[in-house]
Amino acid sequence: MNPFSEKTMEQIAAIIKKYPEGKHKSALLPVLHLAQRERNGYLSVETMNEVAAMLNLEPVEVYEVATFYSMFNLQPVGRFVLEVCRTSPCCIVGGEQIMDYLKQKLSISEGETTPDGLFTIKPMECLGSCGTGPVLQILEKFYENLTEAKIDEIIADCKQQHAVLN
Amino acid sequence: MPQKIFLEHTGKADLTQIEHYLKFGGYSSVAKALNTLTPEEVVAEVKKSGLRGRGGAGFSTGMKWSFLDKKSGNPAYLVCNADESEPGTFKDRYLMEFNPHMLLEGMIVSAYALAANTAYIYIRGEYWYLIDILEKAIAQAHAKGFLGKNILGKPYSLEIYVHPGAGAYICGEETALLESLEGKRGNPRIKPPFPAVYGLYGCPTVVNNVETLAAVPWIINNGSAAYATIGIGASTGTKLISACGNVKKRGVYEIELGLPVEEFIFSDEYCGGMANGKKLKACVPGGSSVPVLPAHLLLKTEKGEPRLLTYESLADGGFKTGSMLGSGGFIVYDHEQCMVRNTWNFTRFYRHESCGQCSPCREGTGWMEKILYKIETGKGNMADIDLLWDIQRRIEGNTICPLGDAAAWPVASAIRHFRHEFEWHVTNPAEATKPGAVYNGNLLSVV
Ligand SMILES: Cc1cc2nc3c(=O)[nH]c(=O)nc-3n(C[C@H](O)[C@H](O)[C@H](O)COP(=O)(O)O)c2cc1C
Ligand code: SF4
Ligand code: FES
Repeated sequence: MNPFSEKTMEQIAAIIKKYPEGKHKSALLPVLHLAQRERNGYLSVETMNEVAAMLNLEPVEVYEVATFYSMFNLQPVGRFVLEVCRTSPCCIVGGEQIMDYLKQKLSISEGETTPDGLFTIKPMECLGSCGTGPVLQILEKFYENLTEAKIDEIIADCKQQHAVLN
Repeated sequence: MPQKIFLEHTGKADLTQIEHYLKFGGYSSVAKALNTLTPEEVVAEVKKSGLRGRGGAGFSTGMKWSFLDKKSGNPAYLVCNADESEPGTFKDRYLMEFNPHMLLEGMIVSAYALAANTAYIYIRGEYWYLIDILEKAIAQAHAKGFLGKNILGKPYSLEIYVHPGAGAYICGEETALLESLEGKRGNPRIKPPFPAVYGLYGCPTVVNNVETLAAVPWIINNGSAAYATIGIGASTGTKLISACGNVKKRGVYEIELGLPVEEFIFSDEYCGGMANGKKLKACVPGGSSVPVLPAHLLLKTEKGEPRLLTYESLADGGFKTGSMLGSGGFIVYDHEQCMVRNTWNFTRFYRHESCGQCSPCREGTGWMEKILYKIETGKGNMADIDLLWDIQRRIEGNTICPLGDAAAWPVASAIRHFRHEFEWHVTNPAEATKPGAVYNGNLLSVV
């Protein structure tokens, strides 16, 4: 039985081919990214065990890696994870105020999820977007030069997207 | 007109499409290298050009290549470092987004020089959208015969693969990067052995920054002598500088090394001066790890000479009055920014990003963060400032990788140049912790 969708399994097979024979452990980070996307944005112990079995690794080899990298979530998260940069170059152009506004608007703190399960605020270190900060990311998409009005728009868009998908 | 290498044609056409890139002479260095130069000759050219690593350390690229162990009997690897996580740095992102083929072209010629048949681009996971751009570019290069088996009909073959990281600044350090590429935690290795001898999968490996590799085609096409005429002294060529913070026009600029810092900040061609009519207070000129400089030492060296954007000029005066060119992450602070808060912010970053292998780095960054937060929130005392100094001094030089130093230097330089501001927080806690409080005591250094 394949633990993941057919499309993901195909992608995983292609990823493993990038590395030399016997070095399939190299596929671990890209595979964990795919697994997290398919499993509601986080890696449960069960998911990690499945990845371990698939790549022929000991479960601990997966746990120790998953816990090291900040893009992997080990607890359930909201449908939209707002990854907000908190590092100096963003902070000195209004990043702190943006974070405060977001927290107040969603009535949650950093690291928390709204009770409706829609939003998680995840503070991040420099996202490589300092020239267009303040910045936040939702999956691979960057939202740059943030203002309070833009935050309102982003939140409204997410809510609409959620309504359409449900 | 200043010479441009990376951004000469960006904006004129969509260079992510290989047809457009070819129109501007793209991939001609691959033909030139494979048809007319031996791998050793390519290495020699790059060495003579004076090209230095653009990832931060500024080590001679040709020299590094010549250390590659050719006798091990194991395959050699080229790894492109696209982890770009040093706060203030976003130039590699720009280059990969708008000129991905230039990186691929540079990688092909470099891999040929190293006799590597497999190359990886290790890109930070947050740049996920760039993976798509790079993989499309790789497919186009394949279709045109610049990649794959028997490139341009020659006996040389190469595959390039893109590999995502997953959010860890330390994976920019080359040995941590290799561990991560092997599917492990990003714990730096003890050096020696260096990657040139024991790198990816234990094989000889060269790790180079995106911008370093992208400079290679120009050098091969125009010759090392032409490259060496750009720049000043041992700082040859052009450099991408990512400007951010409180300047009018943030962004990525290509400069000829040797441009005066003052011109870079105030000329309309570059940053266009300070934003919102504020004054220049301080600058971290080479990414968060390098020492912060107050305005007067940023624009002029201690000897009163104009400070230039070169490895040598920015380092002039040592850490007492100088800094480093680093990665080219140029962070500018106006007179309303608080140096204590900024130092606390950076220290939190290093605490968060420490891999935890060495106690001075793991514990020291945490202690410094706590003490800085104490001072910033008005609860510090004078002895805390000395304690901070003492901790950073004990981290520097006592760790496996340079992240420890990188965490110590911002603290040391902030205390060295802005001690009065730390003291003001201690002696005037009520005033210093008011929202938007501005310290006006050191206007001497504000320009
Ligand atoms: C903590 C730390 C982070 C680093 N991050 C990067 C990075 O993001 N990109 C990079 O090219 N080099 C980075 N480096 C430097 C690399 O270790 C290595 O020197 C570089 O990739 C070599 O390439 P170059 O010679 O072309 O500069 C980092 C070093 C340290 C100690
Ligand atoms: S200095 Fe810090 S980041 Fe580098 S190896 Fe030691 S603990 Fe890890
Ligand atoms: S500091 Fe926010 S993206 Fe770099």
